[in-house]
Amino acid sequence: MLELKHIEESPNHILEVQGEIDASNSVQLDEAMQEVIRTGTKNILVDCSGLEYISSAGLGVFMSYLEDFKEQGISFKIYGLSEKVFEVFKILGLDQLIPIFTDKDAALAS
Amino acid sequence: MPDYLKLYCQTSELAELRKYLQSRLESSPISDALKLQLILAVEEVCANLIIHSHNCDKSEHIQVLVSQNQKEIVFEIRDQGNAFNILEYNTPEIKEVVGEKRKGGLGIILIKKIMDEIKFSTANGTNICSLVKKI
Repeated sequence: MLELKHIEESPNHILEVQGEIDASNSVQLDEAMQEVIRTGTKNILVDCSGLEYISSAGLGVFMSYLEDFKEQGISFKIYGLSEKVFEVFKILGLDQLIPIFTDKDAALAS
Repeated sequence: MPDYLKLYCQTSELAELRKYLQSRLESSPISDALKLQLILAVEEVCANLIIHSHNCDKSEHIQVLVSQNQKEIVFEIRDQGNAFNILEYNTPEIKEVVGEKRKGGLGIILIKKIMDEIKFSTANGTNICSLVKKI
């Protein structure tokens, strides 16, 4: 079960992710990311406080945009990961490639 | 509890796989974080098989078995599709995956980093992928 919500808090766009992401629904995450990108925003945050599980299919979606974000000067941050899910990001070294914060305040303050 | 899980080849079955593995690991003396990682590694193998070897044909299935003792947990994934031997695939560097903007390859990195041993064999048309985690 995956729920995605796009929230605009100008100038930030927040994608709220809840539930589990695997190969059956990662396309939904991709579509939601594209919807956020289409707004032309330069500030994208992903709220993962409700994210219980993510497989490579979901992680691959985030990774596939990193290069574009760099080229286009888009700030991309993730916050609210549980310790267990954060471990998975660390196994892949994604914590070195994506700015990850404990909560929204920390993400906005950086 | 059945001795193995029969998993039909469609990605919507992956949630069922996670539930099954969670219940099999319930009594294991390992952390919740490690349980999640083991479930993830097994799911990555199964997702690869379902998508690449069986083309998401739900009339086909794979089997997942879990055995454990005081020293290790062994996951065995059996199928009768085109052999998908992850040992033959080069593990890409994470930076390559980003540079090429590709969405694949991460699963294999995860499986190899999480598990201590990966074995693959084929006999009489059945492929067996064994994933071993020392505890």
